[in-house]
Parts: sequence; C-alpha cells; structure tokens
Amino acid sequence: MGAYLVRRSFLMVLTLFGMSVLIFVMLRLVPGNITDIIFDSAGFVNEKQKKKIEQQLGLDKPIVTQYANWIAGLAKGDLGYAYVSEKPAIDEILPRIPVTAKLAVLALVFSVLFGVPLGVISAVRQNTALDYCLRVVSLSGLSLPSFWLGLLILMAFVQWFGWIPIYQSDPGSLWKEIALLSIPAAAVGFRSSALLMRLTRSSMLEVLRQDYIRTARAKGASDQVVNYDHGLRNAMLPVVTIIGVEAAFLIGGLIVTETVFNIPGVARFLVEAIRWRDYPIVQNLVMFIAIVVVVVNFLVDMTYAMLDPRIRYES
Amino acid sequence: MAAVAPGAAAQPSPSSTQVLEVANLQTYFYTRGGLVKAVDGVSFSLVRGETLAIVGESGCGKSVTALSLMRLVADPPGRIVGGSLRLGSTDLLRLDEAAMRDIRGNRIAMIFQEPMTSLNPVMTIARQISEALMLHQNLSRGAALVRSIEMLHLVGIPEPAQRAKEYPHQLSGGMRQRAMIAMAVACNPEVLIADEPTSALDVTIQAQILEVIAKLRRELGTALILITHDLGIVAETAERVIVMYAGRKVEEAAVGRLFARPLHPYTSGLIHSIPRLALMRRESGPADGRLLEIPGMVPALSNLPPGCSFAPRCAHASELCRREYPPYEEKRPGQWAACWHPVVGDSGG
Ligand SMILES: Nc1ncnc2c1ncn2[C@@H]1O[C@H](COP(=O)(O)OP(=O)(O)OP(=O)(O)O)[C@@H](O)[C@H]1O
Ligand SMILES: [Mg+2]
Repeated sequence: MGAYLVRRSFLMVLTLFGMSVLIFVMLRLVPGNITDIIFDSAGFVNEKQKKKIEQQLGLDKPIVTQYANWIAGLAKGDLGYAYVSEKPAIDEILPRIPVTAKLAVLALVFSVLFGVPLGVISAVRQNTALDYCLRVVSLSGLSLPSFWLGLLILMAFVQWFGWIPIYQSDPGSLWKEIALLSIPAAAVGFRSSALLMRLTRSSMLEVLRQDYIRTARAKGASDQVVNYDHGLRNAMLPVVTIIGVEAAFLIGGLIVTETVFNIPGVARFLVEAIRWRDYPIVQNLVMFIAIVVVVVNFLVDMTYAMLDPRIRYES
Repeated sequence: MAAVAPGAAAQPSPSSTQVLEVANLQTYFYTRGGLVKAVDGVSFSLVRGETLAIVGESGCGKSVTALSLMRLVADPPGRIVGGSLRLGSTDLLRLDEAAMRDIRGNRIAMIFQEPMTSLNPVMTIARQISEALMLHQNLSRGAALVRSIEMLHLVGIPEPAQRAKEYPHQLSGGMRQRAMIAMAVACNPEVLIADEPTSALDVTIQAQILEVIAKLRRELGTALILITHDLGIVAETAERVIVMYAGRKVEEAAVGRLFARPLHPYTSGLIHSIPRLALMRRESGPADGRLLEIPGMVPALSNLPPGCSFAPRCAHASELCRREYPPYEEKRPGQWAACWHPVVGDSGG
C-alpha cells in the first residue's frame, strides 16, 4: 500500500503539471486576448494603446516566459491581477468558491445517496415492479439535461408557491443556505444519481451471478449477508470509479445551473472570465478545478485500493 | 420406494448409519426454450463415511443434482418439483429457507469446481472460513480465526497463520482449492459434495487435492459425493458409482463391479473410452478427449426422445428402446440399470 501511495502521488503531480501546460496553451489558442475584446466592444482599434496595454499585462512576452511567470507566481501564492476588475485574482476567486463547493458537494451527496442504494435495491429486487419503476425514473434522469430540469423546478415553484428559491449572498444560517442550494443541487445531481443507479444495479447483478456468491450461500449465509457483505463490496468497485468521474462532470453541470438559479458561484464567474479572456482568472480557476478533480480521483483510487486487495497488494 | 438405496444391499451397515436419502428427485428448469428436466427421478442413498461417485457426460445433470441437495438451484428458472431429500431424520424439502440455511455449510457442504472464482476476492481466507464457523458453531471472531488456521493446517497449507491473512489472489490454484476444502469441512459436515473438485487444476495438483479430500473423509467420517468426468479418479476414490445420462440415473453399482461388468451400453462406452483417452490426446484429437468412444451427441434435455434417451446413440437399440423408457431394475445382485438390452458377459476392464 505504501509503494502504491507513493507511485500514485507522483503520478498526481505529473498530471497536474501536464494540466497546467494544457490549460495555459489552450487558453492562448483561443483567438484574441483582452485587448482585442476591449477594442472590439469600443468599436475602434488604437494600435499604440493596444500595444501599451499588452505590454502592461505582459502579453507581449514569449509564451514560455509567460508560463514560467505564472508558475513562479503560483509557487509563491501570487495569482496575479484580474484584467477586468484589476483586483488580485485571488480576491476574485476565493470568495466565490464556498458556494460552488457546497453546491457541488450537495449534488454529489445527492447522487450517491440516491443512486447507490436505489441501484442495490433495484438489483436485489430484479424484475419486480419496484425495479421497473426505478429503471424508468433513472432513464428519465439520464435523458433530462440539468438546466432543463432546473427550469422545470423553478417553474413548478412559481406555479404552486408563487415564489422562487433565490439564492441570497447572506442566507442567514448554514441550514437555510443548504436548503436553498439543495434544489439546484438536486437538479444537477439527478442525472448522476440516475447514472450511478443504473451502474450500481448492473454491477450488483453481475456480482450476484459470480461463483463466490454461490459459495457464500453454500456456507449458509443469509440473503442480507450474501447481498451486502459479499455482493455489495465487490459491486462497489466500478461504482467508486464512476463516482470520481461524475465528480468532474458535475462541474460542467454547475456552470449552467448557477446561471439558471442565479447563484454567484465560481462556475458562472468562469464563463464570464473566459468571455473577457481574463487570463489570470481563467487559468488559475481552471487550474484550481483541475486540482480538485485530480485530488478527488486520487481519493477514489485510494478508496478503490482499500476495497480491492488485488490492487493494494500489487507488487 | 423400491428403487431407493440399491447400493445399501452391498453395504453391511444398517440404515441407522444412512446419512442421506434421495428419492425420486426431480429438478426442472423453466426456460424460454422449454421445460428442461435437468434431474428427472434420481434416487440414491449414502451411508456414513462412504464415497459415492456420480459420473456422466457434460450436461447430464450432475451439478444440478448436487445443487438440489443444497437447495441452491437458481429459482427462477429452476425448481425442485418432486421427490424427497432426507438428511438423517430431516426432510430437507420441507424446511423453510432459514432452517435450510442452518443446514448448508453445516451438515451438508460443497466444494466447487473453480477455485479461482469460488472464493470472494475482497475477503481474507480466514474471514471466509470463519464465516461458516461463526454462523453454525457460534464461535467468536477470535475463536473462529484460530479454528480457521487449524483447518488450513489440516488441509496441508504451509504457514497457515500467514496464509489465513491473505486474499485469494495471493494463493495458487491448488492452495485455493485446499482453502475451499477447509471452508467446506470447517463445520464437520455429514455430507460433503465435491463437484469436479480437480478438473480446473494441473494434473500434478489433482492427486494432492484428492488425497486431502480422502484423508479428511477418513478422519472426519464424512460421506462424500464425488462428481467427476474422470473415471480414473472414480476407480481410485469411490466405493459406489452412479452413472447419469440426460438427467436420469441409468446405472448404479459398486465400483469394482461396474468397471468389470457394466450393464448399460452407455456405461460400457464410458469405460471403454478410458484407455483410448491417453492415445487420443497424444494424437491431434481434441484436447478434451473425454468419451470419444460414444458416437453422437447428448440430446437436448428440453427435447428428449420418447423412449430411452440413449437409444439414438446406442448400438443395441431396438424398436422397444425407442418407444418406451426401460424400467430401472436390479439386473444382477447389487447392480442396477435402466436398459432393455443390458450388456451381458462383457468384461470391460
Ligand atoms: N440455470 C439454468 N437454466 C437453465 N438450464 C440449466 C441451468 N442450469 C443447468 N441447466 C441445464 O441442466 C442441465 C444439467 O446441467 P448440469 O450443470 O447439472 O450438468 P453437469 O452434468 O454438471 O455438466 P458438466 O459436466 O458440464 O458440469 C444442462 O443441460 C443445462 O442445460
Ligand atoms: Mg457440472
């Protein structure tokens, strides 16, 4: 396990390095920089002025130097200044993270809490009315885009309560905030809960067909023990991996949902920053998201190794 | 129940030592392709400490018979539709599921064919052996662990305390099968069913595993049902043999008698295919060269011919064979068969 941890950690650092290069290069491959956008919206181009701004922002330097400066800054904890607001990028990014983080965690918790147990129930009660119901619901979950579901939920609120759960920057208590966020979280998490449910179900069914399940029954173990002790632990292996992948996908869903529900989070802010080619915001924010995704995947792999001795004891 | 326990005649022991009595067992599968009578009217009995072999070609219902004894046939599609299973004085088919669970792994245990896949990959060997002990003998976790290590020692696993902590993938196939045996005999069952316990193993390991099973049977006094394709193993290990064909028992006798003078042409075919086996393997024939002697194929169980199901492949088959299923009778003392034209005067072996 120790060797595995070391190897895995090393891989994580390598991945992050690769990500940083990718983010940096891709961002610069997008046509135009902030000066183009500014003059475009102004309707004229002042070449001298444009050069001057580019010089100020360091956009005239070779791309390798720009990259080195960025990484050197990151190492010192200096993210640079946002082009648009001219405030330190960190002050723009940090305050927006908590609400998005809460939303993401809620959505993930929602999808796991519903997806996994319902998948297990569906598998254990295969081909019963309950199983069919759950399968239909999950199918609809897969085919319903989260923004559409979000809009439906909002419309339902308007229709029945004449009121929309608007997110306020100061919701009062944490519980109130969670209550407010749980609706958009459900909208985002519904799809992944449907996915997890289907995956858990098929994984569980696959496992319950295995020889060692029959062995467990032959020992006289009860259905409970067979399904949950022997079955579920094996069935969770692929599910855990997918939970990691879903955590990354969730962030994509958040961008739309933050817009639909008007939540002042990081995801919506990122889209805005991309429009302005606000490099310090975009590259640092995307890097931050990349770190989160990589760390989540690391945790997933650790969980996997904990669940599966075949990985843990690999030489 | 005239057909029950024909072998018992050959045994000196009275019925008080009889541990298992299977009468007219019928296990059917209700599949899309039709009704599959995987086990149709099989009867036999087993006395304490004896070894009974069940042989027959692939698909003849050996495994389903074994699983029926444990009441582990997948339902759906399978169901035990008739007959009775008596373990000692317990009628297994009348037990509810909870009572049956108390029997499984306790009074009847089973060793499966595939040691690679029959152990749970995410549980330690100790935990998998302990499970049965904790269920049936009310041992604490610690006591069960100690006992598990003893069992591993008993089946000849070196460094049992170390091995107990390991996971199945860390053990070789032979070691896993030993662990599997340890698990099955942990609660000292009255009946042990071994369903092709060695066919997934190397030839060199096979003999060792069979030796372990034989040793345990002697020491624990367990009655053994040995299911196998390998008549060589039968000759070495078993006392009595049941030959199955297409879900039915077609012959039963003591091993020596059966090999010397088989009654059913099918049995005769099986036996005659042994010496050829080695020969065929050396030539370019199919690697799995079992039963090359018997022409034709096993009929589909969902679509059996009206008369004797072996008739289409039988050299002696007559009009009668094709019309009516032969009665199962004692043709010679201690030797029973279902055949209209039993082989006579043949010495097969
Ligand atoms: N789950 C099932 N569903 C439908 N039919 C089944 C099922 N299990 C077994 N059968 C049928 O029962 C018959 C007997 O199968 P069984 O596994 O007992 O054969 P076997 O004698 O053990 O063969 P082998 O030597 O290959 O292990 C087969 O013909 C098979 O088609
Ligand atoms: Mg079989």
